[in-house]
Order: sequence, then structure tokens, then C-alpha cells
Amino acid sequence: MTTPAFIQVDGLEKTFPAPMGQEPVTVFQNLDFEIEKGEFVCLIGHSGCGKSTILNILAGLDAATDGYVFMENRQVTGPGLDRGVVFQGHALMPWLTVRENVAFAVKSRFKHHSKDEVNAQVEKYVEMVGLSHAIDKKPHQLSGGMRQRVGIARAFAIEPKMLLMDEPFGALDALTRGVIQDELLAICQATEQTVFMITHDVDEAILLADKILLMTNGPFAEVAECAYNPLKKPRSRQEMHHDEHYYPFRNHLMDFLVNGPSTPYADKASDGTPAAMEEPPRSGPRRVVNA
Amino acid sequence: MSQSLRLRAGIVSILLLLAFVGAWWGATLPTQVDLGDMDPEYAAMMGLDTVQESDIPTPGDIGSAIWTHLSDPFYVSGSNDMGIGIQLAHSLWRVLAGFALAALVAVPLGFLIGMSPLMHKALAPYIQILKPISPLAWMPLALYIIQDASISSIFVIFICSIWPMMVNTAYGVASVRDDWLAVAKTLEVGPIKKAFQVILPAAAPTILTGMRISMGIAWLVIVAAEMLVGGTGIGYFIWNEWNNLDLANVIFAILLIGVVGMILDMIFGLLGKAVSYKEV
Repeated sequence: MTTPAFIQVDGLEKTFPAPMGQEPVTVFQNLDFEIEKGEFVCLIGHSGCGKSTILNILAGLDAATDGYVFMENRQVTGPGLDRGVVFQGHALMPWLTVRENVAFAVKSRFKHHSKDEVNAQVEKYVEMVGLSHAIDKKPHQLSGGMRQRVGIARAFAIEPKMLLMDEPFGALDALTRGVIQDELLAICQATEQTVFMITHDVDEAILLADKILLMTNGPFAEVAECAYNPLKKPRSRQEMHHDEHYYPFRNHLMDFLVNGPSTPYADKASDGTPAAMEEPPRSGPRRVVNA
Repeated sequence: MSQSLRLRAGIVSILLLLAFVGAWWGATLPTQVDLGDMDPEYAAMMGLDTVQESDIPTPGDIGSAIWTHLSDPFYVSGSNDMGIGIQLAHSLWRVLAGFALAALVAVPLGFLIGMSPLMHKALAPYIQILKPISPLAWMPLALYIIQDASISSIFVIFICSIWPMMVNTAYGVASVRDDWLAVAKTLEVGPIKKAFQVILPAAAPTILTGMRISMGIAWLVIVAAEMLVGGTGIGYFIWNEWNNLDLANVIFAILLIGVVGMILDMIFGLLGKAVSYKEV
């Protein structure tokens, strides 16, 4: 028996109750995947396949209709401080300054910290996202990119075992997005943070992710493929398109999004195109055992 | 730019005031009465004169009434003759007491209604029925049960200020953004901390708006309530001066009610500003 993965998702399914006189809608089903410690995993799929719902279930904010999520062998049944969430719309409290927003999280996590300890922790993480100069500003005085950085600082500041990000850069312009992606990449590489991130940006996924989960369209969406990123770390936005694996991998992801599932990338790689697989091949999807 | 706009608006305001006072002064000038061929001695005996003073107080009368009252606002010489400051203090005390009691009930109840869809539905019929009742309709019942005129007025203020505060609190609490509540959940924030550090600040501007409306209504109602129960207060003062047929004092009291109402509204405006935030 191998040691179980850090995060283990077994047979996850979400069904929304029927509106009057209609069939209930199953958004996704039979979801099985694993996340190893220190791994950066991206989930890619079209809108409506329940990506955000999956993230909310991992965060404990939503409940699955069927299936289980285990984190370090314990079932996830509710929200917790071991998981930090970066929300799609940053979700900063507008009546608090940057410092107070991050401190709110720090105080919740480290209940016995003194004022100075809280402040030191806050300043450390605000500095990490490069916002020390704006630490005493209110969210409305910040640009969209800065607000999202505060959201990231707040999530990191509680030192979670797992970071969950729901399209954190979706609302940002391309330039800002690139800058923050670079920052996030640097931070994650330095801290070996385990991350689960939802995105619909293929390049973002290739830059950040070690493993990319590809989801089919809803309803009845499933994870059709779990592709390991063939580009070696450290990746950088400037250099990555020179990598020999970049275009084949990117084309594969694009084909998936446009045409739907085809031969998994790992199998393609073994027939002539540059071999990409470093990681051991993944065993077939496991079904949940209803005990 | 806005500086010059404010200046110009100020000038227009002053011109309007001058025009109004001028028209008033003109309308209340003493009138020449043509006594015809009436015997002047007979006319004098009848209280008639060729120059007839106006029945409506002139701007000068009001000015001197204002001066008289404001130069000695706190005298007490008998239960029917007290300084305007004393009367005002009685009214303000009743309004503040009734308002504070209403806030103590309305804000927690509003929280409950806003957070629990069950309580929202369960309490809705009572609120819908009680809200449109004129607060003065409660007065006979209050007088009979409480048997104290002053406390009855406080009760009437309580019952009229409770609804806008409760409804606004419930609305503010119910419309706290899910995002913020999700943040609190993921940080395992306890219910008390969540109520005071997330929901209360998020709903505070709406709650303050409700309080501002309540205070406006309370100030409207206290005048009527005091006219009804008598004794003390600015409302009683007006009624008393009406019985004295001293219209200058009545007009002075009307002005005073307006100014105090404006100040109360401004205070709540400032409080509202202090807790407001720019949503992003």
C-alpha cells in the first residue's frame, strides 16, 4: 500500500436540486484526483463545469452531493484555517485598511499572538506581495491588481497547508496579470506551497502548474485528463515559449478546450514527440467505494 | 469650482431670505383705515384708529421674541412659564430616551431577522401591521397603562422610531456580501466575532440610515405628542402660546423646531459618514 496523497478526492459529485417540475442537474460527477504536498495544480475547463463549486467543496464552503475529499487522511467537512482561499473578487473588507484586512486573518489563525507578533506577520506578507507602501490604505484606494495581491497576502499570512485560488487574476488586465503571476510563482517556489488553482488561461496554467486537470463541459462534467507539465522548473514567462515542450503541450491543452478530450498528452508523448513524463503514470481513475 | 458654487448658492440663499422677510414686512405694515365720517371720539372708544396694526406678527416682533427667549432660556417661574431651553431639554430628553430604547430593541431584532429567514417570515406580518400605525394612536393606551404623561410620550417615541431602524438593520444584515461571510468562514471566525467584526461594520451604513430616518420621525412626533399630553416640552409650549394668542412665540417655536431637527439630522449624517465605506 502506497502512502496516500496529501489531498485525495474520491468520486466527487454535485447535483443541484430540481427547479419546479424539472430534472435535478448534475454539474459534475466521478471526480477523482490527487494533489501531492508542494504541488501546484491547475484546473482548466469551460464555464459551467462547476470549477468554482469544486474549489468551494475543497475549501469546505460547499458540500458535495456524493464523494469525499480527504486532506492528510482526514475528511474535509467544513472550512478551516489549514486552507487559505484567494477569492475571485478578492473579498477584502472595504472598511478595513490593507493592514487590518491581513491582520483580521492573522489574528484568527494565531489567536495567542501579541500585537507586535501579529503586526510583524502582517508586514512580512504584505511586503512579500510588494505592497508595504500601501499598507495603511483602504481597498478603494488601490488598483485591481493591488487588491488581488492583498487577497493573496491574506491567504498566505495564515500559513495554510493548502492554498485555494479561484481564477484570482480573471478580472485583471494582461500586464498586471503577468506581473502578479511572476510574483506568485516566485513565492510558491520559495515556500513550496501546495496550491489548487482554477483558471481558464492556458498560458497561466503552463507557467504555474506542475499538474493540470482538464475538465469536460458540464453538465455531467468529469476530469478527462490529468496532464503533468512537461516544462521543467524553474519556468519563467519570458523563457517558457522557447522550451521544446511548450508548443506541443499548449496545443494539446487548446485542442482539449476547443475539441474536447482526445489521446492524453502522456500517451502522445511516447510516440515520437519529445518524451515529457517524469512522474510515474497515474493509475486509472478509482471509483468511490461506498462502505 | 465647487468653492465658487457654494459661494453663489449662499448668495442666492441670502437673497431669498431677504425677499421673503421683505414681503412679510410689507404684508404686515400697519394699514390706513378709512373711518369715513365717523366721529373720531366714537372711533377711539371702539378701539378703531386711522392706523391699524397687523394681526400677524411682523418680522420685528419675531426678532424681539427670539431675543427675549434666547437671552434667558433657562428660567423657571411656575409650571406654565419656563424658559425655552427648559422646554427644549424636556423634548430632547424624551426623544433621546425613546430613541435609545428603540435602538436597543430594533438593532438586535433586526440582526435576528436579517440573519434568519425563518424569523424574517415569522415576524413579517407583525411588522407589516404595526409599522403603519400612527404613533399617536398608541397614546390613549399608553396613558391608561403607564399612567404618566412624560413616560407615555417616551413610549410613543419608542414605538415610532423602532420600525425604520429594525427594517433597515434587517436589510443591511441580510445583504452583507457572501464573499465577506465566506472569508469569515474559512478563517473559522466565531459567531460573536463575525457579528461584531464582519456583519456590523458591513451593515453599519444601512443601520445608520435607518436611525437617521427614525430620529427624523421621532422629532416630528414629539411635538404632536406633547401637544396632546401637555405639561412640558416644545410641543406643549406651542400649544400654550396658541392659547395665549401669542403668534410671535408660536412662530419662534416653529423656527426652533426646524433648527433643532436640522441639527439632529446633521449629527446622524456625520455618524453615517463615519461608518460608511467605499465598496470595491
